[in-house]
Amino acid sequence: MAKMKGATVVDTERCKGCNLCVVACPLDVLALTTKEVNRKGYNFAHEVLADTCTGCASCATVCPDGCITVYRLKTE
Amino acid sequence: MTREEIIEKGQVVYKKPTLLNDTPMHYCPGCSHGVVHKLVSEVIEEMGMTDKTIAISPVGCAVFAYKYIDVDWQEAAHGRAPALASATKRLWPDRLVFTYQGDGDLACIGTAETIHALNRAENITIIFINNAIYGMTGGQMAPTTLLGMKTATCPYGREVSLHGYPLKITEIAASLEGTCYVTRQSVHTVAAINRAKRALRKAFEYSMQGKGSNLVEIVSTCNSGWKMTPEKANKWMEENMFEFYHLGDLKDKGAEK
Amino acid sequence: MADQEITLMKGNEAIAHAAIRCGCDGYFGYPITPQSEVLETLAAEKPWETTGMVVLQAESEVSSINMVYGGACTGKKVMTSSSSPGVSLMQEGISYMAGAELPALIVNVMRGGPGLGTIQPSQSDYFQACKGGGHGDYHLIVLAPASVQEMADFVDLAFTLAFRYRNPAMILADGAIGQMMEKVVLPPFKPRRTEEEIIKECPWATTGRVGMRKPNIITSLELRSEEMEIINNRIQDKYRKIEESEVRYEEFMLEDAEYAIVAFGSAARIAKKSIEVARAQGIKVGLLRPITLWPFPVKEVCKLAGQVKGILSLEINAGQMVEDIRLAVEGRIPVRHFGRLGGIIPDPDEVVDALKRLF
Repeated sequence: MAKMKGATVVDTERCKGCNLCVVACPLDVLALTTKEVNRKGYNFAHEVLADTCTGCASCATVCPDGCITVYRLKTE
Repeated sequence: MTREEIIEKGQVVYKKPTLLNDTPMHYCPGCSHGVVHKLVSEVIEEMGMTDKTIAISPVGCAVFAYKYIDVDWQEAAHGRAPALASATKRLWPDRLVFTYQGDGDLACIGTAETIHALNRAENITIIFINNAIYGMTGGQMAPTTLLGMKTATCPYGREVSLHGYPLKITEIAASLEGTCYVTRQSVHTVAAINRAKRALRKAFEYSMQGKGSNLVEIVSTCNSGWKMTPEKANKWMEENMFEFYHLGDLKDKGAEK
Repeated sequence: MADQEITLMKGNEAIAHAAIRCGCDGYFGYPITPQSEVLETLAAEKPWETTGMVVLQAESEVSSINMVYGGACTGKKVMTSSSSPGVSLMQEGISYMAGAELPALIVNVMRGGPGLGTIQPSQSDYFQACKGGGHGDYHLIVLAPASVQEMADFVDLAFTLAFRYRNPAMILADGAIGQMMEKVVLPPFKPRRTEEEIIKECPWATTGRVGMRKPNIITSLELRSEEMEIINNRIQDKYRKIEESEVRYEEFMLEDAEYAIVAFGSAARIAKKSIEVARAQGIKVGLLRPITLWPFPVKEVCKLAGQVKGILSLEINAGQMVEDIRLAVEGRIPVRHFGRLGGIIPDPDEVVDALKRLF
C-alpha cells in the first residue's frame, strides 16, 4: 500500500516559538526546544518524531511566520 | 527512508509564498496577521496580479504590512485607507486594489470612509482583521471589544452603561447596496485557513470583475493584548468571539445569476 | 491673441475648467460655500466622458483629501477644493502628503472664521496655509490669485510646481475671487498623460510593479530617529531650493513710492484703488503683491525697507502676513496692519485713512 512520508524543515531563526505548529500537528511530530534558543531568544519548533510525519502540512499552514517548508514522498 | 531522502526526492507541499519576503515580521509570536499576510501573498501570486496590485496599509499593528508583502503599498492615515483605495481604483481601474485594516482603524476612526467606500460600490476589497482590541497602542478597548472583555481602557470589563455595545460592522456592510461579497472568516485551523483563502480569492476576483465592493472580515486573536498563549487565545476566540461574530458568508451577490 | 476665446465666469468655475484643460486626472471634493461651484461645474462638464478625468463627491473633506492622497501616490494629477472649515478638516491628510512628498493641488476659497464663522470672504487662513497648518515641519507651495484669470492660470502652475518638487501646492483664494465673475481666457487643452508616461515620469509612484520592478512604497512613517532626521533634512533642503527659485510677486507704482502696501488676492485689488485715491491726495504709495505666499518674497520686502518710510500690510484678517513682513524688514521701518474682519471687504477710502493714521 502506498504510504505518505513527509519531512518538515523549520527556519529556526525566523521561528518565534508560538507553538501553533506543535498544536496543529496531528501526529506530534513537532515540539518546541526546551533549552536551546535562536538568536532572538525564542525556543523554536523542531521535529521530535520525524518518522511519523506524513507531510500533511498542517504545521506550515498555521505557522504565522511562514517558517516551515514541507516535503512529501509517496512510498510503497 | 531517511528525512534527507524525503527532502531530496519528495515534492514541496508547502513553503512560504515568494511574495512574502524574508524580512522578519514584527508581529508577536502566534499573531493572526502573519497567516493572513501569507494568504494574501498566495492569492495575489496565484492570480498572477503581482505587477498589478496596489495595496493600502492602515495605522495599527499592520502599518508595516508594506515591509513584508512585495507589492506596491500606500500607507494611509488612521482609518482613511478606503478613501485612498477608492481614488486609486477609479484612477487605475485594471489594478487589484485592496486595503488591510484592523478593527480600530476600520470600525472606529474610519467608519465613515469604510461605509461610504463600500456603499459607493468601489471595486475594491477591504480586509478587516477583528481581534477586538487595539494591539499596537497596547491593548485598549476597540469598537469590537466584547461585553465583559477586559482591556487597558476597560480594565474591569466592557460594560454597556459605560462603553456601549460592540459593533458588528460586517453586518452593516452586508446591508449596503454597494457591497458584492461580505464574509466573516477566521484563520485558527487548517480548514478555517483554507476557507479564508478561498474567500480572499473570491473577493479579489469580484473586485476585478467590477461587481462592487467586498469585505472580508477575519476574526483574529491578539494573544499579547488578551494576555494569553497563542493556543489559549485560539480557544478563547472559538468560545467567545464566534458566538457574537458568526462565521460564514453574509452576502454573495457575485454568485447570484 | 486674436483667436483666444474670452468668456465670462466665476473664479470657482474657472478653476474647474482649467483643471479639465490642464490634464488633471482626478478631482475629489465635498460641497461647502463659497466654493461649491468647482464640483458643480465639473459635474456638469462630465470630463470623464471627454478627457477621462475622474470626478467624485466624497463623504467628507477628510475623505476627499485622502482620496487625493491615494491618487497622488499613483503619480496622477489630482486635486481637491474646499473652504476654510473644510480645509481645517483636511490638515491631517495634507500633512501626510507633505511627509510622503506627494504632488497634489488643494484649493482653499477662504471664508471668515474661526469656527463656522461666516460664508463671506476672508484671508484669515494665511497662517494655516503658509505656516504648516497640520502637524510637523512642512510647507505647501501657496499661490494667491487676485483675479478670475489667475484662478484659471494657477491651476496648471500649481500642478507644475507640485510635480517639480514632489510637494502639495495650494491655491489660496477667497470668497470674493471665487464668486466674482470676470473675463477670462481659459488655458489651451493639454492631454492627460498616458499611464506609460506617468510610469516613466513618476518612477516612485505606486502604479503596481510594472515590469516586475521592485515594490514602491509611499509612507510618511519612519520609526528610526536617525533615518527620520535624514528624511526631514532632505525635505527642508527642498524647501530652501523652493525659496530660492519660486518666489513670485507683482510690483505696482513702487518706483517713486514713499510708502508701500503689501497685499495679496482680493486685498491687492483694493490696494490698487487705494493707491489711486492716495496719490490724488499727494501720498506717494505703491504696492507689492506676493503671488507666492510661501515662498514669501522676503528679499523684495527687505529691499523695500531701504526705499520707503513705512509698509502697510493690507489683509482681510486680523493681521497674519504682517508678521512675515516684519520678519523681512527686521525692524528698520514701521510696519502696520490694516484689515477688516467678519467677512467685510475693506473700502479704499478707509485704507487711505489707515495710511494717514498709522504713519
